[in-house]
Amino acid sequence: MADATFQVFRGDAKRGDLVTYKVPITEGMVVLDGIHYIQGHLDGTLACRWNCKAAKCGSCSAEVNGRPRLMCKTRVDEFGDLPITVRPIKVFPVIKDLVTDVSWNYKVNREIPPFTPSPDDPGPWKMYPEDVERLFEFRKCIECFLCQDVCHVLREHEGQSRYMGPRFMVRIAALEMHPKDTRSRTDLLKGAGGIGFCNVTKCCEEVCPEHIHITDNAIIPLKERMADDFFDPWRALLRLFGSKKEPRGT
Amino acid sequence: MADWYDTVEHDVLVIGAGGAGLRAAIAAAESGCSVGLVCKSLLGKAHTVMAEGGIAAALGNVDPKDDWRVHFADTMRGGQMISDYRMVEFFAKEAPERVYELERWGGLFDRTPDGKILQRPFGAHTYRRLCHVGDRTGLEMIRTLQDKAVHSAVQVHMEITLTRLLKDAERIAGAFGYRREDGRYVLFRAKAVILATGGWGKVYKVTSNSWECTGDGCAMAYEAGAELMDMEMVQFHPTGMVWPPGVRGILVTEAVRGEGGILRNANGERFMERYDQKKMELSSRDVVARSIYKEVQAGRGSPHGGAFLDISQRGAEFIKKKLPSMYEQFLKLADIDITKSPMEVAPTIHYVMGGVRVEAGAGASTVPGLYAAGEVAAGLHGANRLGGNSLSDLLVFGKRTGEHAAAYAKGLVATPRVDDRQAGEERALLQRPFEGGGKENPFAIHEALQEVMGTYAGIARTGDQLARGLEKILELQKRSGDLHAPGSMLFNPGWHACRDVRFMLTLCEAIFRSAFERKESRGAHWRLDFPDPDSTWAARNLIVRRSDGGMQVSVRPVPQVPAELAQLVQPRA
Repeated sequence: MADATFQVFRGDAKRGDLVTYKVPITEGMVVLDGIHYIQGHLDGTLACRWNCKAAKCGSCSAEVNGRPRLMCKTRVDEFGDLPITVRPIKVFPVIKDLVTDVSWNYKVNREIPPFTPSPDDPGPWKMYPEDVERLFEFRKCIECFLCQDVCHVLREHEGQSRYMGPRFMVRIAALEMHPKDTRSRTDLLKGAGGIGFCNVTKCCEEVCPEHIHITDNAIIPLKERMADDFFDPWRALLRLFGSKKEPRGT
Repeated sequence: MADWYDTVEHDVLVIGAGGAGLRAAIAAAESGCSVGLVCKSLLGKAHTVMAEGGIAAALGNVDPKDDWRVHFADTMRGGQMISDYRMVEFFAKEAPERVYELERWGGLFDRTPDGKILQRPFGAHTYRRLCHVGDRTGLEMIRTLQDKAVHSAVQVHMEITLTRLLKDAERIAGAFGYRREDGRYVLFRAKAVILATGGWGKVYKVTSNSWECTGDGCAMAYEAGAELMDMEMVQFHPTGMVWPPGVRGILVTEAVRGEGGILRNANGERFMERYDQKKMELSSRDVVARSIYKEVQAGRGSPHGGAFLDISQRGAEFIKKKLPSMYEQFLKLADIDITKSPMEVAPTIHYVMGGVRVEAGAGASTVPGLYAAGEVAAGLHGANRLGGNSLSDLLVFGKRTGEHAAAYAKGLVATPRVDDRQAGEERALLQRPFEGGGKENPFAIHEALQEVMGTYAGIARTGDQLARGLEKILELQKRSGDLHAPGSMLFNPGWHACRDVRFMLTLCEAIFRSAFERKESRGAHWRLDFPDPDSTWAARNLIVRRSDGGMQVSVRPVPQVPAELAQLVQPRA
């Protein structure tokens, strides 16, 4: 049986380096299988996160040969004879080996005002397929944070204090466009959400394992909403008098 | 308090952040308690996230004749009359309201043309009953509950493994464990503890379960003196992926059959005609799993020892809409386009019906202050769980258990006392793999126990096999006293595996002892030496408890179903 060469980042926040392992190749093998082989047979101290191994939980994000991927969905045979380099996602601090500190994301999520239906409308609700189907795309997000990893604002400009990142633009879009939600979050987008920092390079879309059109379907419509609310004089006037969120097309 | 661990205090401690744990935590917080929620992984990654098919609830949105009585009867029949009827009654009555509540919290489902929640058919459900969103219902549910929980007064503690329940005399006083990140020990003081730790599918090799499903909660409850029930009942989901080897066990949702998928053997025969002519592919999971097994045994299996499941006749557009992750999963991992070719599938371990014995409705175990909900609790599903009944189980009993645990906690004047000795003992046990001359690799022991379970406690069982398997598990238990972990306490999977393996070996022993004792075939438990159901066993649950340091199995009568409910379950013409 042929071996694959794995070069895996080993180390912690202070120091670390790539370590080479030889892993026997089995048919249909994915990168996560290789990591498990190393843990079980070569070095039990190798740290990585994973849960479902079926691209549904978004735990096993890593940079494989320089590209942010889910390890459970990355086939070993796509690399031929090349060595497979596995590094932790870069945008968050390393804890150990492939495990990073993603707690910032959980803090950001708490800052987003939750789903808020009208208290006078307890349901069961009528919502038609066309009302909800466009939201399913956003709800597919498995929180792998690969989009956060490649976002220029977060990755290169240390923008975590200014911009919530693509994952949370998707989250906000799902709330804002929910037919039963009554709350406006455009002030958050303009302020702490920092949507203005996104310059629409679409890198986030490229790496999304769920194929969510993050930029086209979430960020751009949210930018438009935000612009309408803050820079359209009529809407600004309405805001002044405390009107609620208006129903809108997008 | 000692300084070698951190101390955290809550009224109610919930262990596990899947559907049941989140729902329980929300309920306890709404009752006004301070609630801590502990999970081994990051929040939102629990095994619930993998549930695909839907939430079974008799809303009657597409089949107006459906109501709780039919759901009750289907579930009792599925469980083959060893379920606790009181749990089934609460479950069937309350599931619809729990689904509507999820929607009020922001959950979104597929809709009917007239704007209601759409429902799909599933195995052994009389009517179209599963509320769903494509094939990612679990993700929708967990995300909705997660967002509800983080905006309530629930404090989430991520990536902590708890390994021992602490007691003050007989009653519960908290739990002890370590932070996975740095190995630092943590002691939780609590008036009530809710176990929502899921199942233990990782004791088998071909499994749909994630690394977390090692049965910690069930084993901790056993060690703390609680009773376990029906441990022999382990569900084989009929359709896991079989090829290529890297994906073996990954689930192919029952929704594929619900949406019209057809099972065929190597000769192209639709073999379910042989086993259940009426319900065919939509027979219950135990029947379909055994049918595939029998076809393989008879030499009519697919090339890799399973059967073919074909949905291609429904057309590419339909499949991509209703089963998007199945489409993607096969395309990416097995190079198969399911809109054109059949999938190759075989039975895979998926769920455990047994677990901690609880009071129907309240979720209270036999240890005061200790509660259990979801897969870790026994009683609802009996000998076989129907597809879709798990997600509604989590919601119905998560809520009930959270409320009852909160009421119990409020009834206590003072938080129970914790003595350092119990924590000290547990620390000594946890440290042992780093010290001394142990030489056993925990991953190797794990593989060995999986081998034993697959060989001796698989889909078809005999008394001799079970007796031999038990001996092997007892040998592995001895070897597990000698585990070794290199490295430090910093995020060290090898070290973590040491405690997991011990938990799993305890549960393996319970499975073997119970399976040996149940001398009949019922639901998921198929004894080749006792191939038929025995009506006397229909009245019995098997109880496992620790007594004088050893494991004891005893028989307990199944709660007698009152006449007005029993008549609902009568066989239909």
